[in-house]
Amino acid sequence: MFSNFDFDVIRRALPYMFYEGMTFTITLTALSALGGLIFGTMIALMRLSGYRLLARVAGVYVDFMRSLPLVLVIFWFYFLVPYIGQWLTGASRPIHVGAFASSLITFIMFEAAYFSEIMRAGIQSISKGQPAAAQALGLNYRQTMRYVVLPQAFRNMLPVLLTQTIVLFQDTSLVYVLSITDFLGAASKVAQRDGRLVEMYIFAALVYFVICCVASFGVRQLQSRIAVMR
Amino acid sequence: MIEISHVSKWYGASFQALKDCTTSVAKAEVVVVCGPSGSGKSTLIKCVNALEPFQKGDISIDGIKVNDPKTNLPALRARVGMVFQHFELFPHLRIIDNLCLAQEKVLGRSHDEAMAKASKLLDRVGLQEHAQKFPAQLSGGQQQRVAIARALAMDPIAMLFDEPTSALDPEMISEVLDVMVDLAREGMTMMVVTHEMGFASKVANRVIFMDRGEIVEDAQKTDFFGKPRSDRAQKFLSKILSH
Repeated sequence: MFSNFDFDVIRRALPYMFYEGMTFTITLTALSALGGLIFGTMIALMRLSGYRLLARVAGVYVDFMRSLPLVLVIFWFYFLVPYIGQWLTGASRPIHVGAFASSLITFIMFEAAYFSEIMRAGIQSISKGQPAAAQALGLNYRQTMRYVVLPQAFRNMLPVLLTQTIVLFQDTSLVYVLSITDFLGAASKVAQRDGRLVEMYIFAALVYFVICCVASFGVRQLQSRIAVMR
Repeated sequence: MIEISHVSKWYGASFQALKDCTTSVAKAEVVVVCGPSGSGKSTLIKCVNALEPFQKGDISIDGIKVNDPKTNLPALRARVGMVFQHFELFPHLRIIDNLCLAQEKVLGRSHDEAMAKASKLLDRVGLQEHAQKFPAQLSGGQQQRVAIARALAMDPIAMLFDEPTSALDPEMISEVLDVMVDLAREGMTMMVVTHEMGFASKVANRVIFMDRGEIVEDAQKTDFFGKPRSDRAQKFLSKILSH
């Protein structure tokens, strides 16, 4: 199997895989993580708000998203959103949503469900005395959350949030169902074109492995530093 | 200044934490609230700035009703300082920023103005050199003094203390009490939940004794320490003063 292993095919494909593929993968990961964190924090606040209806809506959303396979959500979203957009805007044709926009929206919504659970645990890890002290100083709910509770929740949960982002980084490869050229997509296209499946898929796996390993190591380092700070 | 009238509070349907409590704190008066644990004294003081809701009765501060849904609670709380048993400094902020946060965000002071005020107050509680540290780097007594300074930074019209020395090691209690005694002597209106009878006898005007959610005794200091009328207060005093 390895007797005619062709390293050169990898070398020639490097610019394409990294400039096109990896750029897309990292952009999608970063934007999804950011959007998922913001949206997820809002969902977490809804769940903890004490308004039954808001909490219920947020809870159903999280359960729903976590009960579906991601690849299905990506797929459905890509084909459904144009029609939902058509229905909402009353246009005569399905509106055009690019593959990138569609996958980004999907990942933000999907990751928000996971990030919201992390942020919820983070908020609940803050003792009740903290918001009480903030309120006693005259801070309103929004200020209490923004300046006192959320920064601490975020700091406590940073390692978990980053670990979830590493998982997200791997999950972005699922956009292959939309034939998008992410890193894996790029590798796959070269593999098909040159008939070098073994080389390209092994190389792609290796790249994912190295990046995730290094990132996980970084998270562990950070975790021990946070532990010292406390 | 602080008027508490016929306040009752229930946790759930069955447990009554406060039973028809009525008392008041006049301007520049220092009132100490004491009583066995679980007597409702902390609950009462938290009701004063509406950190705890109550079901019956009224509380007003400087004529503004705290249990009126139309009251702007953040604005009212900003005028009443509160010091907690466990300090509750914001661990992610430096000491100086702990003092500046509410000044800037609630009172709208400029950063320079807030910093000047904060550093004056840190000086007053003797912690100027710790301004750039984080709360976890300070001892309990130092943290509690910062908490008092943080409350004072808002120029409060009254101060509430919820067992400010109960979580401290014995050798740190006096540094906190010294700050409180100074404050009392300057004429600050204070309501203090504490077991420190030395503090009470030094600066309190009145002492309130609570038991099982009720205000059992509400007397001038000399009367309270001289001859408490109720059995329960006598028993409590003999227990905590016998050592």
